[in-house]
Amino acid sequence: MIEIKNVNKTFQSGDRVVTAAQNVNLTIEDGEVFGIIGYSGAGKSTLVRCINMLERPTSGQVLVDGIDLTELRPAELRTARKKIGMIFQQFNLFDSRTVAANVAYPLKHTGMSKQEKDQRVKELLELVEIADKANAYPSQLSGGQKQRVAIARALASNPKILLCDEATSALDPQTTDSILKLLKSLNKKLQLTIILITHEMQVVKEICDRVAVMENGKVVESGDVFSIFASPKKAITKDFINNTSNLSKIYELIKEGAEITKIKAGQCIVKFNYLVKSYSEALVSGISRQFHIDVNIIFGNIELIDQQPLGGLVSILSGKAEDIEAALDYLKAKNVGVEVILDERISQ
Amino acid sequence: MNVFLNNYFPNVMTKVPEFYESIGQTFQMVIWSGVISLILGTVIGIVLVITRKGGLVENQIVFQILDKIVNLFRSIPFIILLTGVMPLTRIIMGTAIGVEGAIVPLVFGTVPFFSRQIESALSQVPAGLVEAAESMGNTKLQIITNVYLKESIPQISRAVSITAISLIGLTAMAGVVGAGGLGDFAVRYGHDRNQTDVTLATIIVLVILVSIIQLVGNFVAKKSSH
Ligand SMILES: Nc1ncnc2c1ncn2[C@@H]1O[C@H](COP(=O)(O)OP(=O)(O)OP(=O)(O)O)[C@@H](O)[C@H]1O
Ligand SMILES: [Mg+2]
Repeated sequence: MIEIKNVNKTFQSGDRVVTAAQNVNLTIEDGEVFGIIGYSGAGKSTLVRCINMLERPTSGQVLVDGIDLTELRPAELRTARKKIGMIFQQFNLFDSRTVAANVAYPLKHTGMSKQEKDQRVKELLELVEIADKANAYPSQLSGGQKQRVAIARALASNPKILLCDEATSALDPQTTDSILKLLKSLNKKLQLTIILITHEMQVVKEICDRVAVMENGKVVESGDVFSIFASPKKAITKDFINNTSNLSKIYELIKEGAEITKIKAGQCIVKFNYLVKSYSEALVSGISRQFHIDVNIIFGNIELIDQQPLGGLVSILSGKAEDIEAALDYLKAKNVGVEVILDERISQ
Repeated sequence: MNVFLNNYFPNVMTKVPEFYESIGQTFQMVIWSGVISLILGTVIGIVLVITRKGGLVENQIVFQILDKIVNLFRSIPFIILLTGVMPLTRIIMGTAIGVEGAIVPLVFGTVPFFSRQIESALSQVPAGLVEAAESMGNTKLQIITNVYLKESIPQISRAVSITAISLIGLTAMAGVVGAGGLGDFAVRYGHDRNQTDVTLATIIVLVILVSIIQLVGNFVAKKSSH
């Protein structure tokens, strides 16, 4: 378990004081994939680097399995660090060493024999599915392959925790996906606790169990991923979520006056958000039948997060004004988020 | 062969033993002061990199002092250094003349240059690599040897060859303290007595020497960059 208690970190740059982390409190359970999301400069890296003391908190405590890392002596800290792996956006592989030598690097001075090391390196490379590149140099690898090597190297000393500082930010979407899948499988296979920094909600959605949203050095919102997606409280969280779903495109389309948004009198454009866990009722056909209105779905975006549908639909409703109104009330009562975006209904 | 040499290098052929001796003196000076400068320069280069702001063992006082000293010695022309450090040379070597007398000023002339070369070579190691090593629980010494030095072998080997070549240039002036060497040989005969073939012969030897150093340096750099 990782407990971050009242952590503050300030940087002195010239006569300016930058507060990169402010009164941060987080608890991360064993075996969890924990996301930290925020815009550039929010303090995500600083906070994560405080976990392995690459950055020393100005005040506060960082407890890993009950041991306060801020109190350790240098030699003790080095031992503790071996149990906390870290991977980076820029991979940080040693260019002068082969893939195998990079992965063997943390095994130096461990008293392992050459055979044991070779065996361990082989296992690790197989674990990250890159055994065929053992004798290649990093410059001969693609970004995704480099990150796999970096992961193998970070896991060499059998850490319980893996810190990922924007580990997929330099990768294309497909490669990002494959690395996230790998991380998730390592999380399961090795009961590895993963802390993952990102500025993409997509990544959080993909593999995180819980997420903390950071803004100006503070954690402004945190919780399990489904709840955060279903009912974001802070504007910044809503922003992040909107950016991942194409539902927000409707606003642009209307602004641009796109053909699809030109509705006739008696119609309205409505955005439905699925807010409730395990929503399984036949929503669209239901209101259509019950209230005698037409529901024309323009586009939708419903995904499974935590095996629960989450997302929404943008639809054009047409029918009598009071029928539409009644249908919307009915949906609201069912805890569906309803937002009328464009209204051309004829009021009686 | 001999006919050819007698034809084109008449003056050199009359003093072959002295010519060989000069080459030997140049070699002695280059190797001795080279090895000492290599060690001192590497140490100073490392200290400059790790003590500077944001470095592994940041220490502004050490950095500033060392930085200023290096600059100071880099700005003194070698010909002045050669006689200027004579008292110190006498203390260290017991004499201020001959090949022994030349080594101390050559070291003083070379170390600042080489330190800067090493400093710049090590500075090119990305900070991220140092961080990665720290995150893996490396000691500072391990980071210096396994990351800083190991990762910049190509740049270091280029720095060594550039420094060795400039050192050969400096030894040409060592005649001032009676250390002999090829430069002195060329000045005494080639220039003072107008024996152009002597000058030509020393130039040929120096060009070969410099080329070999350059080739070896490039070879090591190439072999170690991936
Ligand atoms: N070593 C440092 N010295 C001075 N200021 C720093 C230092 N490191 C970080 N900061 C400042 O602290 C703040 C938080 O930086 P941090 O790198 O943690 O942000 P981040 O959320 O990781 O951003 P990004 O997404 O760009 O990586 C920024 O304002 C940054 O300028
Ligand atoms: Mg960052």
